[in-house]
Amino acid sequence: MSILVNKNTRLLVQGITGREGEFHTKQMVAYGTRVVAGMTPGKKGLEVAGVPVFNTVREAVKETGANTSIIYVPARAAPDAILEAADAEIPLIICITEGIAVQDMINVCAVLDWVGVRLIGPNCPGLTTPGETKVGIMPAQIHAVGPVGLVSRSGTLTYEVVWAMTQQGLGQTTCVGIGGDPVNGTSFIDCLRMFEQDPKTEVVVLIGEIGGVDEEKSAQFIKDKMSKPVVAFIAGQTAPPGKRMGHAGAIISGGTGTAAEKIKAFNAVGVPVANTPEEIPGLLELVMRGK
Amino acid sequence: MKLQEYQAKRLFAQYGIPIPQGNIAITPEDARAVAKELGGRVVIKSQVLVGGRGKAGGIKLAQDPDEAEIVAGKILGMDIKGLIVRKVLVDRAIDIQKEIYLGAVVDRAARRVSLMASSEGGIDIEEVAARTPEKILRVQIDPAVGLQDYQTRQLFFGMGLDPAYIRNFGAIAQGLYKCFVASDASLAEINPLVITGDQKMIAADGKIDLDDNALFRHPDLAAIRDSDEETDSERLAREAGLSYVKLDGEIGCMVNGAGLAMATMDIIKFFGGSPANFLDIGGGAQAEKVAAALRIILSDPNVKAVLFNIFGGITRCDEVARGILTALADVKTSVPMVARLVGTNEEEGRQILASAHMLTALTLSEAAQKAVKAAAGEMVA
Repeated sequence: MSILVNKNTRLLVQGITGREGEFHTKQMVAYGTRVVAGMTPGKKGLEVAGVPVFNTVREAVKETGANTSIIYVPARAAPDAILEAADAEIPLIICITEGIAVQDMINVCAVLDWVGVRLIGPNCPGLTTPGETKVGIMPAQIHAVGPVGLVSRSGTLTYEVVWAMTQQGLGQTTCVGIGGDPVNGTSFIDCLRMFEQDPKTEVVVLIGEIGGVDEEKSAQFIKDKMSKPVVAFIAGQTAPPGKRMGHAGAIISGGTGTAAEKIKAFNAVGVPVANTPEEIPGLLELVMRGK
Repeated sequence: MKLQEYQAKRLFAQYGIPIPQGNIAITPEDARAVAKELGGRVVIKSQVLVGGRGKAGGIKLAQDPDEAEIVAGKILGMDIKGLIVRKVLVDRAIDIQKEIYLGAVVDRAARRVSLMASSEGGIDIEEVAARTPEKILRVQIDPAVGLQDYQTRQLFFGMGLDPAYIRNFGAIAQGLYKCFVASDASLAEINPLVITGDQKMIAADGKIDLDDNALFRHPDLAAIRDSDEETDSERLAREAGLSYVKLDGEIGCMVNGAGLAMATMDIIKFFGGSPANFLDIGGGAQAEKVAAALRIILSDPNVKAVLFNIFGGITRCDEVARGILTALADVKTSVPMVARLVGTNEEEGRQILASAHMLTALTLSEAAQKAVKAAAGEMVA
């Protein structure tokens, strides 16, 4: 089992003929992901890595039965791409694109809530269910099948943690990158709830960072609603206040959103917080033995 | 991108928000001329992008043009929290009866714009939030229908203001929300919003942060960026499309991904070193961008070692390696470097770097420990 994506995922790639879209389509196909369609307006008839390209999402869905879409289009076109996928009634959309204007995301999220479509991201690495499917840009070789569910606001920091776990023999059910933007589609709590219900997930890793109060809310959710143990890591302990640390959402403003507050919130509910990504496997083994 | 107070207030004025009459001055003589034109008492306000200007002595009253010239002479050139004052705003002084706060922010949890108001204006809203959180009122705005009048009334009556001002307040709140949306702001504050002795409401101070990701829609606003407020390295980084924040430490960091860049800084600290910067080359960076990043890191004289931490996904290790070599070809340096490349095309990347004299590491902890030692002069390649 897994959450969100599995071997039945039939993937559409929006922006498949672009540099990143093409590169990662090949990587996903090589992993075994069922990439059934690509879409780039005006490029119908082309093929990328053996995948047929369509002009519109509706056409791609009708012809191929795609049930998940991944978006690799530039930031200015990405809100439109998300809304096109939602209009075609694709229930799960993953947006990799970084740099979408926050007010565009406010509008997009309002529409998605209205029509009941789930968005992962934007500004995220996508998600991987090891051994079944890879939807996004996570490097294939870092994963292994196993009992750990992972959710993260980061991309490459996620790879670091997943790789450290895999090297210690701790495989994953699903690894989800929810993205580093202030306004995004899926929250930590959404993923924690799904992992709690997934029978194969025994333990969860949460990778947070400075900015906002999502981690604090997650700590409360873990205390109130979760039976499975959780281990956390928070990036940005050395970040100065008031400066945006790369991710649009990673900023300490008005004294809130500090790493210290988030670590305190997790510790208060008994969630161990690692000092380095490489400490996570050891903490996982501890909490798994202790349950 | 942050706007200066005078820029923010001029933008507010375009949305019907009353602001004091005034103008900008870059010399004491200019300030005298503006004061003379305005007549009567004026307030001279330093234009720098930091909080606490008043406490630092950067905001002063002047009774007449003579005094305005003297006061402006003192404020211009002043150092406020590391920023030199190069402009002052000379505003007609207002007769303050009451100060309130009104702000628009992106409410991340609600995924909407929120309007916040407080009867405790004129002081830092974060102080109000910490001391008396019940004095901050909020409404969340549905983007489909915009700010509703009942919402502005909730704020207005919640603050317990004299009902005589309800129309003024409603118009100002609507103006602020429209200004926020139309200019793609991430923060817009009027603090204080003043009720004057002659029964008017006026925005005495203003603050606007714009969403950098939306500046492409606002070339007019992008063009008024105050270049005095950026260091050379920050400007170069921005132009190269890099996220860069200068810090005070000794170990320069080049990392792909913001979360990993923060974690890399944290781990340097954990092992007893101190990061010189935050630098995220972003996803899919190509060689030229990497080269620009390394030049920026090496331009910081405090840097005693450089750590490259690349975990390839959308970024390819070979591209990064090529960029490092490109930069090293034209920047001669003796600063020791530690490279850790993992992920997409890692083998190719390592082969390209084999010709450069660099320390290498397989794990982040190993890389950080080596960088700390290298910065202390205890390790060479």
